[in-house]
Amino acid sequence: MSVVVEIKHRFGDFALDVAFAAEDGVTSLFGPSGAGKTSAINAVAGLFKPDAGRIVIAGRTVFDARVFVPPEHRRIGYVFQDSRLFPHMSVADNLRYGWRRASRRMAESEIARIVDMLGLGPLLARASRALSGGEKSRVALGRALLSSPDLLLLDEPLAALDAARRAEILPYLERLRETGLPMLHVSHSVDEVARLADKVAMLRDGRVTAQGSVFDLLVRMEAIGAVLDTQVEGHRDGLTVLGFDGGRLLVPEIAREGRVRVRLRAEDILVAREEPQRISANNILPATVVSANGGDVQLALGNSRMMARITRASAARLALAPGVGVFAIVKSVIVDH
Amino acid sequence: MAFPLTPDETEALLLSLRVSTVAVFSGLPFALALALFLARVRFPGKIVVDGIVHLPLVLPPVAIGFLLLVLFGTREGPGAWLYQTFGIRFVFSWTGAVLASSLITLPFQVRAIRLALESADPGLDLAARTLGAGWWDRLATVTLPLAVPGIVAGAITAFAASLGEFGAIITFVSNIPGETRTLPLAIYSALQSPGGEAEAARLSLISIVLALVFMTLAELAQRRLKR
Repeated sequence: MSVVVEIKHRFGDFALDVAFAAEDGVTSLFGPSGAGKTSAINAVAGLFKPDAGRIVIAGRTVFDARVFVPPEHRRIGYVFQDSRLFPHMSVADNLRYGWRRASRRMAESEIARIVDMLGLGPLLARASRALSGGEKSRVALGRALLSSPDLLLLDEPLAALDAARRAEILPYLERLRETGLPMLHVSHSVDEVARLADKVAMLRDGRVTAQGSVFDLLVRMEAIGAVLDTQVEGHRDGLTVLGFDGGRLLVPEIAREGRVRVRLRAEDILVAREEPQRISANNILPATVVSANGGDVQLALGNSRMMARITRASAARLALAPGVGVFAIVKSVIVDH
Repeated sequence: MAFPLTPDETEALLLSLRVSTVAVFSGLPFALALALFLARVRFPGKIVVDGIVHLPLVLPPVAIGFLLLVLFGTREGPGAWLYQTFGIRFVFSWTGAVLASSLITLPFQVRAIRLALESADPGLDLAARTLGAGWWDRLATVTLPLAVPGIVAGAITAFAASLGEFGAIITFVSNIPGETRTLPLAIYSALQSPGGEAEAARLSLISIVLALVFMTLAELAQRRLKR
């Protein structure tokens, strides 16, 4: 399953000229507002016809010089930023809207699973006007999923929500990620991308400036310390052991098993040339310097990357250069719930 | 003033209600099509079409009645063809009063429906598209249901306006008791006969009450739309 997007389009003064590919999992289009992210996914949805290019969804060409499949036949699910529930219908009718019109209708058991996953059961009989912002987002997500899309498009699904509502929705999106449904996600929030994305395409002024795995790209472009997919290996002494490709991290005990995504802040990573003894930090990991650009030191641990932000003076004093072996001292780990 | 009404007056009142009801419902499909067209389609010369639709609001009703007489008279033209082929006759018939009323009140319906269509969030239509709904499907399940308050408000206003139609009816289908003599025509007839002022006053009062009731209902429907 893959998505190939190569489009050129002029909107007045703004030129959109993007090419990116997405595979299974979550691909985030990341960039500042006005970069053309929403236009790019609107083109994928078929909401407008680009001047030139091609779009292939799951092996089916939905747009090229000769083909233009209208949105109603693209088999995509679109979760709009403003949710766009039909105000004259109940939650249940909103949910059924796309399901009824799908070319392959999802089984009732599958519906029940999604309703359950998104916690929609208690909302079914409610009028959609009467929902809170967070509830609306969840219903919009469910409505799109029930139409059995080949690809799910998410336009800043959290931007319209306050921090509390955002925290309410994110776990649902993370569960959705586990289902393996291909998703194209638009965001200008590093946090959101760090939590959800597998791949990232960076957009700026209508162009893709970089694309790659979230682990490399966010660390390289946004000076985040690290984004790591870890596995819970055990719990002991009030700590949880998280294994990742490149070592182990100890974090204050969390009540979770399986895969856990964690983030490190670049400011929370210290660099030492020798293994420190008798130090309070739990996490001291052998690493290799990949690059040292002033105080931004990129480290490799197995296949994982970390960015430590230290002072220029410290970098010079430690004589950090590519290939030098060091120890990364991680002061704190952010575990999203 | 004496109530209840005389049989003639009751007849005029019931005829008025019947003519207006049928006029509103038969005008509705045309109003919907025109409103959709004006709200959704962009084309050069739209302002002219808009003007033509609104023409009945400003044209003298007598002129419209005359125009209908020319078009639908049974001696020649389309009216003659209709009469000879299908036996359909508008002149001197209550259906002619319906035709005149529905034409004259069409702008009220078109205006209200168009307003409702234009105030609807176009994003909902796009959302329906991404969920697999085609054009007619979206019209039936999203566009029209959302325009219902506008449709209702337009219909009520048109109904109230239709109750007051005089010039076009008397010119087109004449003033026949029980067939085309609606309330306004009955008032006119009462005033023509000596000592008919009391009857005219009674009928006028009924007209005022009816107009007030329906205008209030229309306003309530419009308010619902704004919410």
